[in-house]
Amino acid sequence: MDASQIIFGLTALLIIFSALRVVTTRNMVHAALWLIVTLLGVTVLYALLQANFLAVVQVVVYVGAIAILFIFAIMLTRREMRDGGPQLNKGWPLAALISLAVFGGLLALLYNAPVSERLAASLEGQDTLGALGQALVSPDAYVLPFEVASVLLLAALIGAVYVALNKKQESDK
Amino acid sequence: MIPLSWYLVLSALLFSIGLFGVLARRNAVAILLGIELMLNAVNINLASFWRYGNPAQMGGQVFAIVVFAVAAAEVAVGLALIISIYRRRKTVLAEEIDLMKW
Repeated sequence: MDASQIIFGLTALLIIFSALRVVTTRNMVHAALWLIVTLLGVTVLYALLQANFLAVVQVVVYVGAIAILFIFAIMLTRREMRDGGPQLNKGWPLAALISLAVFGGLLALLYNAPVSERLAASLEGQDTLGALGQALVSPDAYVLPFEVASVLLLAALIGAVYVALNKKQESDK
Repeated sequence: MIPLSWYLVLSALLFSIGLFGVLARRNAVAILLGIELMLNAVNINLASFWRYGNPAQMGGQVFAIVVFAVAAAEVAVGLALIISIYRRRKTVLAEEIDLMKW
């Protein structure tokens, strides 16, 4: 056991525990806060993988933007969640069975995978951040997916504003 | 050193938990929370295959960034739809949103 394995183990426990709380807790605000804990745990994994840019983006985009959006949405729809009814639908044992089957299937695939015991090569002397920036804007690499993603984001945000607009209030004016 | 299989098992477990959340929760916002867990599991996979494959090839990280962008778009549209439905029908429970059910 070296230090990175201990850090990985603790982070994995934190991620799994908080993810279970996200899907089982009754209070939706608590679920969103547990989601933030999960996301921060995933950030630690990115740092362990030496994916520095992903770690920063995870904190800025996921914790900073998406989780806050969730908390706003939960607060705007809060009244409904104090009804005290069951939080899981009637088919939840079947859902648990399907999830366990998917997990078992993935484990079976991993067990037969040829690469699963591989160790990481050293990143000594490599500028991965620079290479990532080059790859994102280079016509030989990923400039097209990058542009498509930005157009998708713009379209989705305009669509979100249009969908959430209160049309009744607008026509009253 | 951490073997690649540890990351893959963790992400498989996280994906299954997210899947359970999507299938079993009644609240539409909680279903979106489950989708976020699944997207994060995918991102762990992409990042670890990048690190354990050929780190000079940036494809894994680029696709993880695309997943970030798609997740942001999906959350924005999804929450806008839920808020719009809540305004009209006063509910966020998935089984009561049945306008298009035959």
